[in-house]
Amino acid sequence: MKTLLQVDELKVHFPIKKGLLGRTVGYVYAVDGVSFTLREGETLGLVGESGCGKTTTGLGVLRLIPTTSGRILYNGEDIARVKAQRMRELRREMQIIFQDPYSSLNPRMTVNQILGDPMDTFGLYPGRQRSERIAFLLEKVGLSPEHGRRYPHEFSGGQRQRIGIARALALDPKIVIGDEPVSALDVSIQAQIINLLLDLQREFGLSYLLIAHDLAVVEYICDRVAVMYLGKIVEMGTYEQIYNHPKHPYTEALLSAVPIPDPKVTRRRILLQGDVPSPIHPPAGCHFHPRCPKRMDICDKERPPLTSLTGDHQVRCFLHA
Amino acid sequence: MTESRHLLEIQHLKTYFTTFEGVARAVDDVSFHLDRGEVLGVVGESGCGKSVTAQSIMRLIPEPPGKIVGGHIWFDGMDLTTLQPSAMRRIRGDRIAMIFQEPMTSLNPVYTIGDQIAEMFQLHRGMGRREAWRHAVAMLEKVQIPAPHKRASEYPHQLSGGMRQRAMIAMALACDPEILIADEPTTALDVTVQAQILDLMLQLKEDFQTAVMMITHDLGVIAEIAQRVVVMYAGKVVEQAATLPLFEDPKHPYTRGLLRSIPKLGERSKKGRLRLEEIPGMVPGLLDLPPGCRFEPRCPHSMAVCREREPELQDLGSGRLVRCFLYGT
Repeated sequence: MKTLLQVDELKVHFPIKKGLLGRTVGYVYAVDGVSFTLREGETLGLVGESGCGKTTTGLGVLRLIPTTSGRILYNGEDIARVKAQRMRELRREMQIIFQDPYSSLNPRMTVNQILGDPMDTFGLYPGRQRSERIAFLLEKVGLSPEHGRRYPHEFSGGQRQRIGIARALALDPKIVIGDEPVSALDVSIQAQIINLLLDLQREFGLSYLLIAHDLAVVEYICDRVAVMYLGKIVEMGTYEQIYNHPKHPYTEALLSAVPIPDPKVTRRRILLQGDVPSPIHPPAGCHFHPRCPKRMDICDKERPPLTSLTGDHQVRCFLHA
Repeated sequence: MTESRHLLEIQHLKTYFTTFEGVARAVDDVSFHLDRGEVLGVVGESGCGKSVTAQSIMRLIPEPPGKIVGGHIWFDGMDLTTLQPSAMRRIRGDRIAMIFQEPMTSLNPVYTIGDQIAEMFQLHRGMGRREAWRHAVAMLEKVQIPAPHKRASEYPHQLSGGMRQRAMIAMALACDPEILIADEPTTALDVTVQAQILDLMLQLKEDFQTAVMMITHDLGVIAEIAQRVVVMYAGKVVEQAATLPLFEDPKHPYTRGLLRSIPKLGERSKKGRLRLEEIPGMVPGLLDLPPGCRFEPRCPHSMAVCREREPELQDLGSGRLVRCFLYGT
């Protein structure tokens, strides 16, 4: 499979400003050296707990927030460095679906306007083609063309998410970033949207970067998974490698903490102590060492390197270095 | 109606909300009970009435627009639906306590954690400030907050989400209540912190012998901690059973659909990717409910009778109840 997007050592640091002069007194190391590739037609999952930097990574890749350093190669072009004008053109090929279907649609626009706006911006689908394209998109996401005249508040949460998906597809993108696209939806609606995302991927050959915290949903949708902790990828591999043979103690703990909807399953739960530390003052050495049940002497002194295991499986831990 | 042999018994509870567009029957003829020392799961999607049921028990329904218009809630020989506000205040927080989904909005930001817990002892146990504070610190220790002396003097914003939920639990259990109602207590938390809090709740339940009513939309949480489950849909109880039989052999088409529509951790790796079964359509609005069974428009087994009238709750024996015409009229 062809590599579509290659992210190299991406860093996004937010300055913390204090005082009258707005002096920078420190940084939030939200994304701190993240590297991954996204191949054509595949789904890469980015998982982790709140504050791990998964959403910031997604926004950084689209350059919706400024990146600090690192390269984002798309078709050989470094989009971390291209001019704003060129970035606008590239955005046609990279779209995003947001978590909250309520705040991500403009309440003053009809669905026709919401879906037509991106086409107008790029001067695509002029005249009659515009309404045909809108009708096509609405049908693809399971709505009907009559819905186009309505406003977002006339729809349920699941339907709004379908509108958000239709908007992301309006310009026929190559890459779609889904930032928690199902987590705000009711359980009985989640399956509808998950099935829709998979159907659309097959039909249009889309590549997904799926940002999510629900590990069962990620296992179901993704081909490969990257686990993030405090701004770094700690483990990455195929879904089989991550879910059947997790190597990093954090991945193990994360998986063991997921409640399974089957009362017959009894597992040994790895209970982690404490909370995720602040990304302003990440712990020295391995960021996970204060909570790690397999901590060794070296872990608070040196940073573990990303080690390659079999195939695509990579882990950042001294147990495997 | 007579008083109940159960710790808490809800009989034909109806809580309606009057709005400009009409009357929303948020809880419509709901009955179930809770026994001493058990964990009862109440599961359902948004708008099913699970939180309104809890607020009705606590008599926290904002009135107007809401009102308990029928039914009884029996607790220790008293009907909570008709209790005087002063009598209810003595029960609330003391004998029946509640924790909420979002600990940041349910704690008072201008008082320290210690003050808020100490208030429980001052109000319900008539303790002085000092003694109450000592008890508050002891409670923080019981919910495994590190350095409880220091934490007691801190404000809610200084604590992490998991710590705040622990503080909420400390406050709820301060007066050793007979019933703890937990309304989505772990939904706002990360999965590793959720595991800590569930573990803590089960352990405290053993120590305090508290009956827990766990309200959640997460079937995984239910499977892990509940002994019995009540499934609600659009203001009605549609199924009730012990946890194991409910997950092994769900009877109501809604329960079945719900269980088949969620991806289960580890399943794809074992069986490959099976298409998720969707429940078509969406939850009906409470203002325009279908005339017959409320699940009928989304049900794969819909029959003519389902559109004509509402099914009754059928008793299938061994504590199993189901509201569906597939199991008789």
